Amino acid sequence: MSLLRTEGLTKHFGDTRAVDGVDFRVNEGEFLSLVGTNGAGKTTLVNLISAFLFPDSGKIFVGERDITYLPVDERIRAGIARSFQLVNLFDDLSVLDNVALAIFAREGKTRRIFALAERDVAVTAEARDLLGQFGLGSKVQALAGGLAQGERKLLDVAVAYALRPKLLFLDEPTSGVSTRDKAQIMDTVSAVVRGGKITAVVIEHDMDVVFKYSDRVVVMHEGRFLADGPPDEIRQNRDVATYLLGTDVSG
Amino acid sequence: MSAARPGPFGARAIAGAAVLVILFLVPAVAGTYQTQLLTYGLTLAIAALGFNLLLGYTGLLSFGHSAYLGAGAYAVAFMMRYLGVSSMELFLLGGIVFSGLLAALFGIVCVRHTRIFFAILTLALSQVLWTLAYKFFWITGGTDGIRVPFANVTLLGGLVSFPGPDAFPRFVTHYYYYVLVVFAVCAALMWLIVHSPFGKTLQAIRDNETRARFLGVRIWRYRWLAFLVSGTFTGLAGTLWVPLNGLVTPDVLYWPQSGKIVFFAVLGGFRTFFGPIVGAVTFNYLEVYAVALTEYWQLALGIVLIVLVTFLPAGIVGTAIRVSARLKPRGEASS
Repeated sequence: MSLLRTEGLTKHFGDTRAVDGVDFRVNEGEFLSLVGTNGAGKTTLVNLISAFLFPDSGKIFVGERDITYLPVDERIRAGIARSFQLVNLFDDLSVLDNVALAIFAREGKTRRIFALAERDVAVTAEARDLLGQFGLGSKVQALAGGLAQGERKLLDVAVAYALRPKLLFLDEPTSGVSTRDKAQIMDTVSAVVRGGKITAVVIEHDMDVVFKYSDRVVVMHEGRFLADGPPDEIRQNRDVATYLLGTDVSG
Repeated sequence: MSAARPGPFGARAIAGAAVLVILFLVPAVAGTYQTQLLTYGLTLAIAALGFNLLLGYTGLLSFGHSAYLGAGAYAVAFMMRYLGVSSMELFLLGGIVFSGLLAALFGIVCVRHTRIFFAILTLALSQVLWTLAYKFFWITGGTDGIRVPFANVTLLGGLVSFPGPDAFPRFVTHYYYYVLVVFAVCAALMWLIVHSPFGKTLQAIRDNETRARFLGVRIWRYRWLAFLVSGTFTGLAGTLWVPLNGLVTPDVLYWPQSGKIVFFAVLGGFRTFFGPIVGAVTFNYLEVYAVALTEYWQLALGIVLIVLVTFLPAGIVGTAIRVSARLKPRGEASS
């Protein structure tokens, strides 16, 4: 069943067709990878779906609900959350506070003004548990700004995950980290997301990562979809080989 | 078996209680003048606490907090002159309502902007108020202001009053304790606010507005609430300041007053909770003694500010925390 779909979604920046009439569909429970060269329109597509940008034309639906022009907070309530290509954290707050804030926001508790945040046992316990799942259990009191890059990437995902979305967009969760850290990050993210039965769309450049972790791969090129299918099918796709992998499958 | 050591929260509570005890003893060991000076310092510290909710915790630099200090002060003057009120508790209520309404209104205009635009808007609005106070002299008394004699003020619902020619020292002592209690309540309240989910949300907005938005936080709404609380605290400070000063003039609304409040936070350290409190009290002493020493006292304060920003950008408390962290043994510092 389709959790999210777009119809003719379009966004132009001047003469550049960043997203050009895209019909996108995400099925419930899948781990989908969105790939493409730089400038293919992947991040713009995620920006449109998450309300970072608004489209020039086209529609976005969660289930049967039209969310095309809903603001960010209402899209989050509709079940969409995201992480960012450049890590976006609250650097002067502790690791625990970063995740706890997402939980407070989800629970509608951020307006509580005369109550100590750390005394909310349920939120603190959930935040600690979540950080444990993401392998950050020993860093709860550290400042987010002081974490290593790989840990920051994980925390970035953990903050978005703490919103308990139906659909989680992860924008290059392994960019800027070592090959060894990449595997560790993706193992952790994949395990937590699949364990939580959350549908995920991952923007990724590393095709080894894409083929290893994805249920389905969607390839973008110049604002349009070039291919859509399971990893093995995409690996054999001639257009993908030409435009994305720089190889020729016939050879 | 060693006794359990208090945690950081407990240690802070013990230190806070110790400071309160010392403050409680001041009138007994210091003269009237020193007690009066410290009372001024404590009222200004409440203003600094309010101001720092915006600067230190929300990341918004207001150059117009004289508006709320003045609103609290003029609320007392108007209530005394036009309504014949003498109860300090009613003054506090009036000051909170008046400055709160003003902050709510000005906040709607200001919080949709950040950085220099926010600062300029707050400055402009405070100067509008200053102009009104200056020009509407038949209401405000113009440059002559409105007198608020301490002898006309009663404390604790009229239980404590100050009649007679020799009442001033008694007023100073009683009023010191009154301000100390209000200060303690305000400090505790602000501590609670900045450590609440609301306070953490403000800090999140300060650190990364985009990410806060993508947690579903409606940024303007939270900035406006912070503005409202901040202005109300500063208004309360203005209300407490008037009986001590005995007079309200448009000077309290003028931009140098806003500059002083910024100075409090920078001097003490705006990235710490206690910094602005220490900054306000210290600034008050600096100003009083600089004025007594030289007619170029503003130059002296300017030099202090330059030295601070250049060499101690973390302020007095911020620097003290850094130094003490460096002096701690490694294991303890990292624990």
